[in-house]
Amino acid sequence: MKHVAAGLCVSAALLLLTGCKREQRQLRAEPAERATFAAAPESPIVPGGKVPVKVEVRNPYEGDAYAIAEGEKLFSSYNCGTCHAAHGGGGMGPPLTSKNLTYGSEPENIFDTIQKGRPKGMPAWGGRLPEYQIWQLVAYVRSLSGQEPMSATPGRSDDIEYKTKAQLK
Amino acid sequence: MKWFAGAQSVLDPAGPQAGRIHGLFEVFLWVAIIVWVLTVGAMLIAFWKKHGGERHDDTTKRVVTACGVITVAVLLALLVASAVTGSAFATVPSNNVMNIEIRGHQWWWEVHYPDYIPHERVTTANEIHIPVGRPVRFKLTSDDVIHSFWAPNLSGKLDLFPNRVNEAWFEADRPGMWRGQCAEFCGLQHANMAFWVIAEPPDKFNEWIENQRKPGVMPSTPDQAHGQEVFLNGPCVVCHTIRGTNALASVGPDLTHLASRHTIAAGTLALDRGNLAGWVTDAQRIKPGNRMPPVNVPSKDLEPLLAYLESLK
Amino acid sequence: MTPTQEAVERGTVDLSALDRSWAPPQGLLGWFRQVNHQNIGKRYIVTAFIFFILGGIEALLMRLQLAQPQNRLLNPDLYNQIFTTHGSTMMFLFAVPVMEGMGVYLVPMMVGTRNVAFPRLNAFGYYMYLFGGLFLYAGVFLHIGPDAGWFAYTPLSGPLYDPGKRTDFWAQMITFTEMSALVVAVELIVTIMKMRAPGMSLNRIPMFVWAMFIQSFMVMFAMPAVMACSGMLLFDRSVGTHFFNPAEGGDPMLWQHIFWFFGHPEVYIIFVPALGMISHIVETFSRRPILGYTALVLSQIATGFIGFGLWVHHMFATGLPQLGESFFTAASMMIAIPTGVQIFCWIATIWTGRPTLKIPLLYIAGFIAIFVIGGLSGVMIASVPLDLQVHDTFFIVAHFHYVLIGGAVFPLLGGIYFWFPKMTGRMMNDAVGTLSFWLTFIGFNITFFPMHILGLHGMPRRVYTYLPQTGWGDLNLLATCGAFILAIGFIVFVLNALSASQNGPAAGSNPWGSSNIEWSTPSPPPHYNFANIPVIRGREPMWTDPEPPVVTGLDDSRREVLVTNTLDAEPEHRYILPGPTIWPFLLAVTTTIGFIGTVFQMWWGVWGAALSFIPLVGWFWPRERPRPDLLESGCGSGGIE
Repeated sequence: MKHVAAGLCVSAALLLLTGCKREQRQLRAEPAERATFAAAPESPIVPGGKVPVKVEVRNPYEGDAYAIAEGEKLFSSYNCGTCHAAHGGGGMGPPLTSKNLTYGSEPENIFDTIQKGRPKGMPAWGGRLPEYQIWQLVAYVRSLSGQEPMSATPGRSDDIEYKTKAQLK
Repeated sequence: MKWFAGAQSVLDPAGPQAGRIHGLFEVFLWVAIIVWVLTVGAMLIAFWKKHGGERHDDTTKRVVTACGVITVAVLLALLVASAVTGSAFATVPSNNVMNIEIRGHQWWWEVHYPDYIPHERVTTANEIHIPVGRPVRFKLTSDDVIHSFWAPNLSGKLDLFPNRVNEAWFEADRPGMWRGQCAEFCGLQHANMAFWVIAEPPDKFNEWIENQRKPGVMPSTPDQAHGQEVFLNGPCVVCHTIRGTNALASVGPDLTHLASRHTIAAGTLALDRGNLAGWVTDAQRIKPGNRMPPVNVPSKDLEPLLAYLESLK
Repeated sequence: MTPTQEAVERGTVDLSALDRSWAPPQGLLGWFRQVNHQNIGKRYIVTAFIFFILGGIEALLMRLQLAQPQNRLLNPDLYNQIFTTHGSTMMFLFAVPVMEGMGVYLVPMMVGTRNVAFPRLNAFGYYMYLFGGLFLYAGVFLHIGPDAGWFAYTPLSGPLYDPGKRTDFWAQMITFTEMSALVVAVELIVTIMKMRAPGMSLNRIPMFVWAMFIQSFMVMFAMPAVMACSGMLLFDRSVGTHFFNPAEGGDPMLWQHIFWFFGHPEVYIIFVPALGMISHIVETFSRRPILGYTALVLSQIATGFIGFGLWVHHMFATGLPQLGESFFTAASMMIAIPTGVQIFCWIATIWTGRPTLKIPLLYIAGFIAIFVIGGLSGVMIASVPLDLQVHDTFFIVAHFHYVLIGGAVFPLLGGIYFWFPKMTGRMMNDAVGTLSFWLTFIGFNITFFPMHILGLHGMPRRVYTYLPQTGWGDLNLLATCGAFILAIGFIVFVLNALSASQNGPAAGSNPWGSSNIEWSTPSPPPHYNFANIPVIRGREPMWTDPEPPVVTGLDDSRREVLVTNTLDAEPEHRYILPGPTIWPFLLAVTTTIGFIGTVFQMWWGVWGAALSFIPLVGWFWPRERPRPDLLESGCGSGGIE
């Protein structure tokens, strides 16, 4: 009977090891999370072939449920919604719910966009936000287009959904 | 921070609300002590008395019934006492009431003094000043999860909900400083979400609120000026407000009169230079999980920044 | 010669046939096929105590963290997980299952039958409980344990403020354990209503059986509420419903109402079986019939009913209208009346009896001393103004530990001591029992009494640390020391039980001289409980009617029991119970797969249901055809002799 109980424990644990990455909670990120962007392309077209250029940098919060939730709160705190709409639907700024963002949809591209800003209105947040917060925002933005695992993405937010003028009638 | 045991206590009422509850508590406490002594006494006697005589179950049943009836009577009396206190407690006095709006955040208190005239409105954080002898009505709401506003020396608690405005009131009947704490589990830093209520004679209170209405003090030394630059060009401006400058964000507490407060980090640290330095550079070490990120301030900029912040009286 | 001996002589009972037809399944596979209520009951109790020890370790960790201000033993994330798991373990994985286990073990014996009404369902319920507990702890040990408190208020437990799957583990564990509790409730109700020994009319039912009967109805009405709200929370978190999202028409208050509609009866579900146990112990050791049987039964029924009308007292600080809250103040005070009446009846029984202070009665004395404090602090917090001061402080922590440990754990320990000889055939050691009682009693009071004072001095609940300037350090340190003494007391009790089960002195069938029929069987009882079902002619059969007539004519070559009518227990017909089978275990496995899967991906609900179809088919596949001579109404060729 003891073996059975132990066996059950082990198999349950194995089943759940897949979730470890999702459940990481880094409360106190290291002050400097350096990232290199030397080779981060912003276009999917690569001369000479279809092999994409390899980039060294990764989002440390890829698939991290806590980071995506923090990113959602930061998105609201930093008023990204004034341009991109409350859940990335788009307004003055382009929609973030698309898999094909103008300046690239890979995590390092979105990081670049947030950090450096973009022409025609995207502010440069790099000097203002610590890097780990930008990575959390990256994870959240990618979750808006379904590129983060579903189990890590929250089912819904607790916000008021914006209604269009037509809906308000 | 000085020793403040007793400044966050149900047993030392500083206002009529807490006073009423304290009176009711004493009634209940005495009843409880007497009932417990009688019950456990009866049980001990039941064990140790001489046994073996004739059994009179009818008499015994009558005694038990009588005890039941006494229980009902006592409970009814307590119910009446509770109802009387409760009704007095809930009735907001109608004249001379001051209004304060509290918005709970994870894990700090946003305090507004509303006014019809916009430039008379005051926003501060984690510290509430009230005039002695005047009832204060608190309008409580939350920005995120459920919190609870509780200053035990002054009154019972009331929860802050994200979808409604709850109203509580209390009054301080003497000057003093009392501490309150969030009393509804709200996440990682629930333990460190405190606030101070400072009751002052009316003239001192008016002085305080006049000062709070002014915009942030302009820097008066080159050091402070450099510090203001660091503030406005750094991450601080993304979350904090200092009225009179370009910093107008409301994610974090309003810092316009930071140096007039006694504590920082929602009552966790006393306001002094060392604590301020520690908080600004690595808030996560002090309150892990809270929403202020560690800030990389080079040492040549840290001292001026602190000088500026400490000038914001 | 006793009627049983006569019956054996005349050949109307065949003990070896009974042995064969009720024989337990053998081997490793046999463990999974077991449907006997004694084994399942013991499994519930042992598993519950293992969870109790885990919950106790969590409590000690919390106390170590709080022993000093600004202690850094546990970071806030870990502390939140530990206090949530402590509460959830104690409430869902220990307190209710251990009472269910005592019920499953004792009720068939007390009513004079051979097994519960639905043996396979009984086994299924146990496996669901076990798997639910293992599921929760798998999460805990992987550092993804729930961290929103054992009552998980929204929006803190919602998708935005509690990301990941932590609270989903918690919510689904509830589904497992509440399903198990419902299973036991259903089978106990049917067993008690329809399988009592002939002559056991309603006014002769033993007190513990009444208690389990009332508790089972409470379970049936309360558990669906928590399954509903945990299901709503799961949907909010994974599918995107808005039950608790105020922005889209939901309300965080809805969670509180539904949860506490379950949560308040839950504590009475834990408490009422303890009340039943107390009556047996008091009666036995006062050596007189319990005084006020009718009053005691009616009081328990009143407790059960009124318990459903109190839930808002957990929500007095939420800003609900005062008139409504006053109604719940009145009800919360009112429930002290039936409880008080019961205590008065017990003290009167001891007063007018000839008490001998054996260990079980010592635990009941401890219960009275401790529970009355808890009940009185409960009357205090029933009052809205008082509650507004002490709600969510350590005063409440003190209150509920006084009523739960004093009111349920002390009688449980006394009950275990009391029925241990019956379950194992050996006596626990009295000297060690006395030591464990005093360590527990003293340790408990040193731990929890200071918490009343801490709450009045302003210390809120669920805080992982506090500032030294608050002055709370000394009392917290005292409470921590008390906690270790309390832990030692519990460990000594468990060691006493473990060592006595191997080396204790042999116990006869009725070592305490008790009055109910479970004490007429050998210790431990054979798998069929009674060689012959006795006929009950009074409330204290072992005292007034030690050699009663017995029922004959049940077919001993199969698992046959007697079904009687509800009010007066007159025999109605015979009923064949199923024997050992693997299907309950397999159904529990497939259901578990479905439940665990839905935490991650909702479609697993469908796959789990589809998979469960197979063991359900196996379970309900018709077995042998009934014999024609058994299809007559009445008792066939048997009778009462």
